[in-house]
Amino acid sequence: MEQYFTLNEDLKQMLESSKDSAKLDAMKRIVGMIAKGKNASELFPAVVKNVASKNIEIKKLVYVYLMRYAEEQQDLALLSISTFQRALKDPNQLIRASALRVLSSIRVPIIVPIMMLAIKEASSDLSPYVRKNAAHAIQKLYSLDPEQKEMLIEVIEKLLKDRSTLVAGSVVMAFEEVCPDRIDLIHKNYRKLCNLLVDVEEWGQVVIIHMLTRYARTQFVSPWKDDEVVEEYSENNFYESEEEQKEKDQKVKNIYTMDPDHRLLLRNTKPLLQSRNAAVVMAVAQLYWHLAPKSEASTVSKSLVRLLRSNREVQYIVLQNIATMSIQRKGMFEPYLKSFYVRSTDPTMIKTLKLEILTNLANEANISTLLREFQTYVKSQDKQFAAATIQAIGRCATNITEVTDTCLNGLVCLLSNRDEIVVAESVVVIKKLLQTQPAHHGEIIKHMAKLLDNITVPVARASILWLIGEYCERVPKIAPDVLRKTAKSFTTEDDLVKLQILNLGAKLYLTNSKQTKLLTQYVLNLGKYDQSYDIRDRTRFIRQLIVPNEKSGALSKYAKKIFLAQKPAPLLESPFKDRDHFQLGTLSHTLNSRATGYLELSNWPEVAPDPSVRNVDVAEPTKEWTGILGIIKKEKPMEKFYSESEEEEGECTNTSSSKSESGSESEKEDKEESSSDESSGSSSSSEESSGSESDSKESTANKTSRAAAESSLSEDNKKKAKGIFKKRSTSSSSDTEPTSSEESSPDSKSESDSKSDSESEKSGSATSSKKEEKLVQDRKAPNKKDVFLLDLDDFCPVTTPVAVPIAAVLSPSSTADLEGLSLSNSSVIDVTTQISVPTETHELLHRMSGKGLAAHYHFSRQPSIFGDHMIPVEVTVTNTTDQKIENIHIKEKKLPPGMRVHEFNPIEYLEPAGSVTVSMGIDFCDSTQMASFQLCTKDDHFNVNIQPPVGELLLPVTMSEKDFKKEQACFSALYLLSKPRDADRNE
Amino acid sequence: MLDNGFPLATESNILKELIKPPTILRTVVNTITGSTNVGDQLPTGQLSVVPWRRTGVKYTNNEAYFDVIEEIDAIIDKSGSTITAEIQGVIDACVKLTGMPDLTLSFMNPRLLDDVSFHPCVRFKRWESERILSFIPPDGNFRLLSYHVSAQNLVAIPVYVKHNISFRDSSSLGRFEITVGPKQTMGKTVEGVMVTSQMPKGVLNMTLTPSQGTHIFDPVTKLLSWDVGKINPQKLPSLKGSMTLQAGTSKPDENPTINLQFKIQQLAISGLKVNRLDMYGEKYKPFKGIKYMTKAGKFQVRT
Repeated sequence: MEQYFTLNEDLKQMLESSKDSAKLDAMKRIVGMIAKGKNASELFPAVVKNVASKNIEIKKLVYVYLMRYAEEQQDLALLSISTFQRALKDPNQLIRASALRVLSSIRVPIIVPIMMLAIKEASSDLSPYVRKNAAHAIQKLYSLDPEQKEMLIEVIEKLLKDRSTLVAGSVVMAFEEVCPDRIDLIHKNYRKLCNLLVDVEEWGQVVIIHMLTRYARTQFVSPWKDDEVVEEYSENNFYESEEEQKEKDQKVKNIYTMDPDHRLLLRNTKPLLQSRNAAVVMAVAQLYWHLAPKSEASTVSKSLVRLLRSNREVQYIVLQNIATMSIQRKGMFEPYLKSFYVRSTDPTMIKTLKLEILTNLANEANISTLLREFQTYVKSQDKQFAAATIQAIGRCATNITEVTDTCLNGLVCLLSNRDEIVVAESVVVIKKLLQTQPAHHGEIIKHMAKLLDNITVPVARASILWLIGEYCERVPKIAPDVLRKTAKSFTTEDDLVKLQILNLGAKLYLTNSKQTKLLTQYVLNLGKYDQSYDIRDRTRFIRQLIVPNEKSGALSKYAKKIFLAQKPAPLLESPFKDRDHFQLGTLSHTLNSRATGYLELSNWPEVAPDPSVRNVDVAEPTKEWTGILGIIKKEKPMEKFYSESEEEEGECTNTSSSKSESGSESEKEDKEESSSDESSGSSSSSEESSGSESDSKESTANKTSRAAAESSLSEDNKKKAKGIFKKRSTSSSSDTEPTSSEESSPDSKSESDSKSDSESEKSGSATSSKKEEKLVQDRKAPNKKDVFLLDLDDFCPVTTPVAVPIAAVLSPSSTADLEGLSLSNSSVIDVTTQISVPTETHELLHRMSGKGLAAHYHFSRQPSIFGDHMIPVEVTVTNTTDQKIENIHIKEKKLPPGMRVHEFNPIEYLEPAGSVTVSMGIDFCDSTQMASFQLCTKDDHFNVNIQPPVGELLLPVTMSEKDFKKEQACFSALYLLSKPRDADRNE
Repeated sequence: MLDNGFPLATESNILKELIKPPTILRTVVNTITGSTNVGDQLPTGQLSVVPWRRTGVKYTNNEAYFDVIEEIDAIIDKSGSTITAEIQGVIDACVKLTGMPDLTLSFMNPRLLDDVSFHPCVRFKRWESERILSFIPPDGNFRLLSYHVSAQNLVAIPVYVKHNISFRDSSSLGRFEITVGPKQTMGKTVEGVMVTSQMPKGVLNMTLTPSQGTHIFDPVTKLLSWDVGKINPQKLPSLKGSMTLQAGTSKPDENPTINLQFKIQQLAISGLKVNRLDMYGEKYKPFKGIKYMTKAGKFQVRT
């Protein structure tokens, strides 16, 4: 104990040291302690101090620690919250995301409102990655405080509209957790989700597919025909009208048309069968099983069989699902019969499942091969499996009447097997088989009676005794003898056997009382004093029933009818029979009992609900988009804005149009902080400021500087502050308002405020502003500190994060969107596609000089897919001749130093009058020099060149005239010093 | 990496960026500088639409290697006839290319491939329409494709096993004899042959002499393994000897199953051939290599 104490002291010292390496070491040891299950909670204060560490590695470990202990030490954990709040505004999207992740993992009820605000804010973040994490946080917040459900549903609704593939999976996950019954939220997003599905990451696909399965079952009518429909669905067989799948429909009177949306789902999920992820394949398989017309369901079997190659856990689940499927539709897996052959190296659980499937698949055609295969299995060293095989043979024998006799003979041969378990199992199965057709099996019964001497397994002995008793009239000579033998050994038998001896005695007494009367009474006497209640009860019951005496009631007359009634033959059924009411591929299906969180798959509706709810009007996405990103709505058309910036702001460099977004974000954050400040009084506000201070600052310095800053600010900003406070009060009362024009004004204010700190003379009216990221960041560092010193969080100028346009490469399989919306795979494109692209093209090669080959180019103004520095150029090549032009490509580039050209892929041929658009990338190195190269065809080449207008080298941003001038003032100097475009492109 | 139970990042390239896999050099550097394998860069890959590839990849030697590996799953019965046999293949790649290369890989006989599953990088549409694999590869090692060769094609079984395993009822001794030989190998040598067999519980010990290779019998797990090595068609490897059975117990009713492992270099048993590999999107000329190999998958001989 002492040592433990000193150890912790030691850790504390290390945590307080100034060296990062020592802290890191300490944190590693602490996290190690947590992992080993040791209590490290007393280090909480020491650890939490480091949450603001600059070192990412330390930070991460502190986060791990916090997630573990925050719930226990809620008060202290609150100290760390401000750090997260600050990190939520970090320019790096990854840091914002991880801050949100950790903040939402801290299960402290007090911070629920903070989490709520953070989630709301992150849900409108520009970075899809942050939005993704917001979706994850929703589930966590919901589990912490289910009261927030309504608010969370609003966020989910908003995120569901998101067009980024990154977000889709996570938000659907949140949807499933929080409000799986709010199917109405899906309507508008249904088609989008279907179309995005291929490009969503694997785990997201799984969740979406499951959700869409449930959705489709409520929205579409059943595609299953009544002649094929399984009993339970038989009530929904009435379909409406029309063509599709004609051959099949001929049989059916009511003709069925598949809803195009239903078809869309099936079509878009099909390629996912090729996924490398077993979970995705399984999800698609269950979707086809539950939704596809029966004729199409078999498309999944090939892929499912493929999964059998993977590890045994996957095999187990897949086989279980196949087992359920194969009961209902044998045809699906029949061609793959041999894939289910058992190998001696398979674990027993896999073996039994395979056996189950083989049995399900057995039919007249393949039974002989199967039985031969079963013969090998019966000899298996794995006795449990051998026993299961015998059961399987029994099932085959009952299902396929042609082979019943063969099977029975085979089983009788097994009776001479040396292994007891095999014999016992055979007896049990034979018993069942004989029961189904007791006509002429006296021989077998005699044979089994002989076996009784050798078999010791109780179930088998009991089965034999029961058989002899049941059919005692067929073996009149042997039966009393058997009773005699067993009466002798009665006391040493198992309970199960004793009961059957009593049964046998009773039955013989009724049929052959002359020979067995005494024997039976002897057995009954033995039973009377048996140790087991059951046997004593049974004895009493039988005695009253069969032995006539004065007390015996009316029933004894019917004793013969009671004992020797015709018993229904047992049905040899698959143990998987009853699983089909669970959705395939779910935990509940695997366990065969309802697990928590299992969502029932509804039956098909009789009549399809209105399909028009899924219609999305084309205008909406734009609105949505502005809604999500919190972009200010402009009266002026985009085009105008753009060209304006192009003309006026020659030097203005690229940012994505995130400016206003970032503003609004910081604004919201501020609101939240300040509101908490207000409520919790001055103590928390000083905490706030010290928290936001970098650690090194001393509190006195802090205060003075704060005061100074405050005074300097007060003059300039009094008016505005008022405005903002007003604004805040309105918007905080109606938190649910989406970010839109309403918020645009405060955010622009806060921005100009931040500017006013540094350039106090210019803080004029608050008009909407968008400024350049770079400049802001240049000034941000000094600025930020000042403002943090102020307790007025509203003026925090933190500019957020511009989503770095990463080289957006064409996704592997983008599918065309139905509604004609351009399918975008990332928000990067989202952002840029909104910038209207002028249709103006420039001539690259005139058709006269190009001998009939004409080429035009225009700048597509999108982030280049070839690299950050590349300016994307779209070249349209047209063939105006009447012959094919082959092999069009680029050669002999004559480029000024530093300039690079990314060629388009050669065009193999171009039909007469055909035209083709290819994209290439050119890095102009920020110069307006020409890029010259040769455009070659198979047998000719033409010198061409592209000279960029200045405007095309830049990415457009919009800003007010005033802001622009301001920027221009400080920019002119910068421009001379460095290569600004380079720098900006990198941001 | 999970978040609240939901997978957040499972792409190995991203995870490798987060925590770099240990190498000897890195271990040395870490010991000296006191740094760790934890990446100081945040993985940007998870933000992009090509999450499997990290940005800014640079190599001095640009190379792309593809290994076509086929495994034969088969069950051979007592008499040597094939009960079931199928070929499962994978194409593993090791791609070390600078920048953002866009590769296309085409096959001579793509029709052989019956059922395929792709790495997410492969453009499915292209495969559907042209039977060409077009993809932006992840950096480093990855499994591009796994496929199944249609069952209609007869599978050539490259080896055979002659066996004579018998237990006698009367004595406590049993006879054991196996010979392995090449069958349809297309002129290639069969290497890395390994025979394993789970003997029945009643077997106490085995006294065997191999004509080549080494053998081990573990009397506890009753597992016999014989490392054969290469098969020389002139002199077939064999393992002969006797088994000691537990006295008093009846003879096991099933003979043990023989599991076989082998490797054949430079041969894809299905006949699959890569036609060409092209690269677009980058200017340098990469070094390309392709290797074929056939292996035994779950290859069992029932005796």
